Amino acid sequence: MEIFAASDAEISAALRDRESREVEIRETFRSPRFPETATAERWQGERIRLNNVVKSFGARTVLRRLDLDVPAGQFLAVVGRSGGGKTTLMRLICGLDTATSGEVRIGEAPVTGLMPQVRLLFQDARLAPWQRVIGNVGIARGPGWREKAHAALKDVGLADRGREWPSVLSGGQKQRVALARALVSRPGVLLLDEPFGALDALTRVEMHRLTERIWKEHGFTVVLITHDVAEAVSLADRVVVLRQGEIALDVPVDLPRGGRTGAEAARLHERILAAV
Amino acid sequence: MSLSGPTEAIAFTQGAAAGTVPASRVPAVTGAQAERHDAAGAAGRSRLASTGRALGKSLAKSLAPWALPLAILAVWQAAASLGFLSSRVLPAPGDVAIAFWRTLRDGTLLSNISVSTGRALTGLAIGGGIGFALGVLNGVWKPAETALDSTLQMLRNVPHLAIIPLVILWFGIDEEAKIFLVAVGVAFPIYLNTYHGIRNVDSGLIEMARVYGLSPAALFTRIVLPGALPSVLVGLRYALGIMWLTLIVAETISSTEGIGYMTMNAREFLQTDVVVLGVLAYALLGKLADSLTRAIEQRALAWNPAYQPGGKGVA
Ligand SMILES: Nc1ncnc2c1ncn2[C@@H]1O[C@H](COP(=O)(O)OP(=O)(O)OP(=O)(O)O)[C@@H](O)[C@H]1O
Ligand SMILES: [Mg+2]
Repeated sequence: MEIFAASDAEISAALRDRESREVEIRETFRSPRFPETATAERWQGERIRLNNVVKSFGARTVLRRLDLDVPAGQFLAVVGRSGGGKTTLMRLICGLDTATSGEVRIGEAPVTGLMPQVRLLFQDARLAPWQRVIGNVGIARGPGWREKAHAALKDVGLADRGREWPSVLSGGQKQRVALARALVSRPGVLLLDEPFGALDALTRVEMHRLTERIWKEHGFTVVLITHDVAEAVSLADRVVVLRQGEIALDVPVDLPRGGRTGAEAARLHERILAAV
Repeated sequence: MSLSGPTEAIAFTQGAAAGTVPASRVPAVTGAQAERHDAAGAAGRSRLASTGRALGKSLAKSLAPWALPLAILAVWQAAASLGFLSSRVLPAPGDVAIAFWRTLRDGTLLSNISVSTGRALTGLAIGGGIGFALGVLNGVWKPAETALDSTLQMLRNVPHLAIIPLVILWFGIDEEAKIFLVAVGVAFPIYLNTYHGIRNVDSGLIEMARVYGLSPAALFTRIVLPGALPSVLVGLRYALGIMWLTLIVAETISSTEGIGYMTMNAREFLQTDVVVLGVLAYALLGKLADSLTRAIEQRALAWNPAYQPGGKGVA
């Protein structure tokens, strides 16, 4: 419980810090030297709250009385062993499944079905092979989808690949297309279910940088699921360890971004590993 | 394909050579380099010559398969001309050609072909439409599957040509009987392949589509149908084979027009040349239909690496 109290205080401090930074950025962009450009458009992040959430499949209880409050705009990493219920948690947040008891809220709205403001990146890219890249990004269509899809592709650095079939892309490029697809609708929450797990180390670092940059630019809330503690420490504002359906550890990562390699990062790494 | 192979390869190597050396990095030509340049020119010429040889070789290669049929045709013609082969058994190829010309001139060939094609396509449209609709229905809607699938699987085991006596009782020997038989014959392969195609669409993609807010209609047209299409087209190809086969049988039983009528009528008058012509017409139509589906596959499945130019696989 002490961990919770401490981390809450630390989180809100970190948040205040970020809010002031956001204001600063916004001010900068309002000034006449920086006319408003589409490249760094911010949209509203959503707060995620889980209140006493239980999820069972038949007799098997996967999540036990889970409480979690993710402030808008936070980058949360969820770490845990295989079978610990991470994907189950994801599916509850985006409305693919419903909790056995308890409540999930996005912003103020309780989750009852699929939430349009929540987007999910799967472990495999799940691109429709019969749609061109641009058609995959704009899979939901709607007015002006082509322009929006193109902007999102540009965001992930694939502006010139829109006309290709997904089958010719590399694994990392496919995940970037999937990321662009998630960004098109300007989600308030982005859920990442080990989307980098299948990538090689270099591509994974590239994807980390990309994800971090896009998150900083747009300001949505991120929940990243990962097996990789180093990944969690290097990317997240806060790390939660999910063990046998319970939160075993909840720590903020109060280290400067970009090269979290010092002794403090190592200690945090150890602490998380011990909890997993 | 074998003809265009070598030329493509050359275009590729030239393109690559031009692409990898930016103009700014090509040094000025010195004396020694000029010599080497000449050598390169000679190499280019000899490469051209070898291309010519390769082209000739591949031409010979592409003509080779025709050698045997042409030889058989020549022997056949000779045997018929010399009287070894009675025209009551098999007409000379020349006679078939003459019959072709004659029936083409008086219009009977084309009108019979168009009547037969019309029947085939009508039957395909009706039977294929029903098969496709049932496949979609059972593929996407569980209650329909429970109610219908096992019945359809049972019916599928009845050889449709076995019900000809019944069909004659129901429809007489009119157009409907032939179209009905074709429709029954093509419905099952299309049903089965549509149903399986839809059931085997990647469930991960369907889940993705739901998360990304696709309406049921959009889910169907953008995910389910394209995912099932390769299988549907396989069904179509099977169906086309059955379509012509059924039509041949049905037209031979009774008709007053169509290719089957043409051949049966010719048989009465011992015109074996026209009979063989009819057989050739059926073969040609079958081949045409198959090529057409292949072309459709190439276009509709262009996303599939197996159907992309240079890709290896079923195409
Ligand atoms: N639809 C389901 N029906 C029954 N059991 C399920 C279902 N989905 C998940 N489970 C069970 O819930 C537990 C947690 O699964 P979950 O997929 O959430 O784990 P995870 O933490 O994501 O694991 P991994 O890291 O391997 O992806 C597992 O024991 C799994 O068998
Ligand atoms: Mg999982």
